Amino acid sequence: MIEFFGFLAHQAPLVTVLAPAFGALLVTLFGRGKAEAGLPLALISLSLSSVGAVVTLFHVLASGGELRYRLGGWAPPFGIEYRIDALAALTAAAVVLVGLVNAVFSKTRVAAEAGEKAPFFYTLYLFLLAGLCGIVFTNDAFNLYVLIEITSLTSYALIAMGNRRAALSSFNYVIMGTVGASLYLLGVGYLYIKTGTLNIDGMRAAMAEAGIWGDASITVAFILILVGLWTKMAFFPLHGWMPNAYSYAPTAVGTLMAPLMTKVMVYVMLRVMLFAFGADFSYGGAGCGDIVVALSTVAIVAGSLLALARSDIKKMLTYLIVAEVGYMVGGAWVGNEAGLTGAAYHILSDAAMTFCLFMAVSIIVLRTGDHRLTAFTGLFRKMPLTMIGFTVGALSMIGLPPTCGFFSKWYLVGGGIEAGRWDYVVALLFSSLVNAVIFFRIFERAYFGEMDEPAPAGDDADSRPSQPLERVPWSMLVPLFLAAAAVLLVGLFNNTLAGWLRAALAI
Amino acid sequence: MEPALASFLQEQIVPKFNYWVYVVLMMIGLYAMIAKNNLIKKLIGMSIFQTAIILFYVSVGAKDGAGIPILDHHTYEHALEHPGDEHIDRDGYANPLPHVLMLTAIVVGVSTLGLALAIAQRIFTSFGSIEEDEILEKLQPGGHD
Repeated sequence: MIEFFGFLAHQAPLVTVLAPAFGALLVTLFGRGKAEAGLPLALISLSLSSVGAVVTLFHVLASGGELRYRLGGWAPPFGIEYRIDALAALTAAAVVLVGLVNAVFSKTRVAAEAGEKAPFFYTLYLFLLAGLCGIVFTNDAFNLYVLIEITSLTSYALIAMGNRRAALSSFNYVIMGTVGASLYLLGVGYLYIKTGTLNIDGMRAAMAEAGIWGDASITVAFILILVGLWTKMAFFPLHGWMPNAYSYAPTAVGTLMAPLMTKVMVYVMLRVMLFAFGADFSYGGAGCGDIVVALSTVAIVAGSLLALARSDIKKMLTYLIVAEVGYMVGGAWVGNEAGLTGAAYHILSDAAMTFCLFMAVSIIVLRTGDHRLTAFTGLFRKMPLTMIGFTVGALSMIGLPPTCGFFSKWYLVGGGIEAGRWDYVVALLFSSLVNAVIFFRIFERAYFGEMDEPAPAGDDADSRPSQPLERVPWSMLVPLFLAAAAVLLVGLFNNTLAGWLRAALAI
Repeated sequence: MEPALASFLQEQIVPKFNYWVYVVLMMIGLYAMIAKNNLIKKLIGMSIFQTAIILFYVSVGAKDGAGIPILDHHTYEHALEHPGDEHIDRDGYANPLPHVLMLTAIVVGVSTLGLALAIAQRIFTSFGSIEEDEILEKLQPGGHD
């Protein structure tokens, strides 16, 4: 019996990835003509996957280092290998838990927005999550490319399931996303020529052995891969596809992708920097650290200002994500332990707070039928429960303790000061200030705004829900509270989490 | 011909001909994706862009005078009998790995193109046009960003 559990624990990473993938196949198989078959199958496979991710996490923490899983028993460099450290296990757990909670949250919306296409919606949804988990675990550069494309293809299709504006923004996303992925693939090709392997650890070892750090082709590969990943993570100024895609997408898709896609791509960037090329090259030999921190400073400032200028709530949030991506890229590039820990910790905390805010805003837009900031008028009296969730997320965005947003900023600012990058530090504080202006403006309207004031519906017909909700179901409120709790818990246990992440990133 | 130009051609262009072609193709694709107004032309550009990378990978695996990477019976028996013996001539076989990778990349490219065409079709049915400027014009009233 114990052996059996040991076997299961050993297979947990594979269960995490394959449960959603098989779930997707089953939904297509049994879901034809039965629109209601999709959700139960999705919930079952995501629960299995969550169990797998949590077991993997405990396994990694118990082993104190990293877990390696060989697919089919084939050893690298010929086989594909999973390499799971604490950061990977935590990110994977965040991915599947967000997927599971969001499936419950979007239960009523998928039925309303996708209609008879609901089974296909869940097929894509599950494949997207399987792809994201695979990205987090895999230690093979080409496998990573395929998984990135699986998540991208499913997300293009999911976004295009929205209205006509969604189709248009999905098309732009296809074009930019394909350029990004192709640049990544090209970079991997250069690395393969130089190292003769596709295993990420093997690449670093081969480059160290041959002593080819100074080669121009290595630098070119590094830049190609980074630009490709930046396009995928919507790093300013490559963010053009993101705001429209996330705000016009169907409700369930916006709340799923906004917390996950950009964050997983930041994770991939950390992985490539530290494990494929190695810290010595990324911070020293490549010689672009200063420029990238400067770029992320620009991204933070630009994202914050663009968010301040929006009157559409969802678009405002997407521009805040642009700023948050700047936080993480900057933290990863200041080149010290505090900055790296902050970037890795912010992957988790930003996932929690973006999820919380997107759910709250989706509920508010659906209930009031208004997609602009005017929707908030008098909401603390009208929808107190939703506003509690919104407030927690907003305070975390501003960076007030004990929410997780405060602690990630704490680490990132510490990293910036240690590296002497004052521009980055000032940008972080400026972004906090702008977030405070944005959200306190909303709080003021929500507390003191007159409820009787006739709320003019927004001028953009494509952003408005066709039919405002009569009342907010519990299946939407409970996930919101779970996300708000996650914002607080990730904040309260920041020390433990940061300790694990520090150990995982020290190489 | 100028001697400098001749030697440049000799050393830089001719031996790396397929790499130059891949760069040129990639730029053509990128240009079409950015500059073309018609959504279908953008997609054609995207396909050219992806195909350029496939050409790059295939070039990596090819070698002058190399055959298919399958050991003949005699060599195989010999390798089994003398495990340590480096009898196999590596230059005689093309590297199959980049080619296999590209099979996957072609599949990815085809699915991207198929999906993008389906989205373009949806755009056409809702906007009545596949010209980007006409679509944006239709969005103008209330189409703030």
